[in-house]
Amino acid sequence: MRLDLLSRLNAARAARQAATVVTDLRTGDQRLVLDPSADPLAQAIGRALVSGKSCMAKESSGEDVFLNVHLPSPRLVIVGAVHVSQTLAPIATSLGYEVTIVDPRTAFASPERFPDVDLRAEWLDLASPSVGLDAFTAFAALTHDPKIDDPALIAALAAGCFYVGALGSRKTHAARRERLIAAGVDEGALGRIRAPIGLPIGAASPAEIAVAIIAEITAALRRPGERL
Amino acid sequence: MDILSTAEAWMREGRSVAIATVVETWGSAPRPAGSHVVIDADGAFEGSVSGGCVEGAVVGEAAEVIASGEPRLLEFGVADETAWRVGLSCGGRIKVFVEKLA
Repeated sequence: MRLDLLSRLNAARAARQAATVVTDLRTGDQRLVLDPSADPLAQAIGRALVSGKSCMAKESSGEDVFLNVHLPSPRLVIVGAVHVSQTLAPIATSLGYEVTIVDPRTAFASPERFPDVDLRAEWLDLASPSVGLDAFTAFAALTHDPKIDDPALIAALAAGCFYVGALGSRKTHAARRERLIAAGVDEGALGRIRAPIGLPIGAASPAEIAVAIIAEITAALRRPGERL
Repeated sequence: MDILSTAEAWMREGRSVAIATVVETWGSAPRPAGSHVVIDADGAFEGSVSGGCVEGAVVGEAAEVIASGEPRLLEFGVADETAWRVGLSCGGRIKVFVEKLA
């Protein structure tokens, strides 16, 4: 591998950009692919990126090549420094997620309640790019307070987060849908919100609800396109 | 620091570096395709391509790849002659590509 290719690869990874290294295993020749649509192996690279799995492929010349896909580590952004979050954050961290908790209410967002978490006592909306919502981010709205959850949900849908969940009953969610439609969110985007949040496992305690949520996030990550 | 950042940092320190990558697995291989080990000319290494079973052999091959500059494709598995020396106890097979960073 050439050092300049490795440098560009590491820069892409640092910028949370998906990247693929194509290696000819006979000669060692390599190329870095940041825009698969412009590559002769566009289809194979596209499939590898969706599955998140590196694999062998064949060039049109018949050469065997290895496609090493580099996807950003998943993030979990939680709005609401609530009881559920106190369990959800450490479980998600242990599964490899970079966790950020956002809650403008300083009584909730206190370091004593959330040690070792990236905790931000601020609002999350379309105007808060520093949180870095993207396609490799799972988002959970847990405050149960529309004035905090709604703008954050709008931002998460706009950013294309791979999972968007919101706490609340079916009745609460029906009211939420009305508000979001009034705010200009289209039906397709609304359909992406998982609500009531979490897999239906009969979760009763805040910690069990956290388990239901992280299981649903895992399914969204590993089986994209399937709704359990 | 992650493996590929380590490789870049070692290179910028003036060390000679090889990168080993799992490119294919069969059966119950412990590390998936795409996993890396970075190795320097003194045999220092970071990362893993197996559960620890074949790292020693990979580090040895890396020294030769660093010396020659020519990449190599290695195969390890229970069906291999080498298995008796450095085999995968899990019963899987892996192919590892070793290349010099230049």
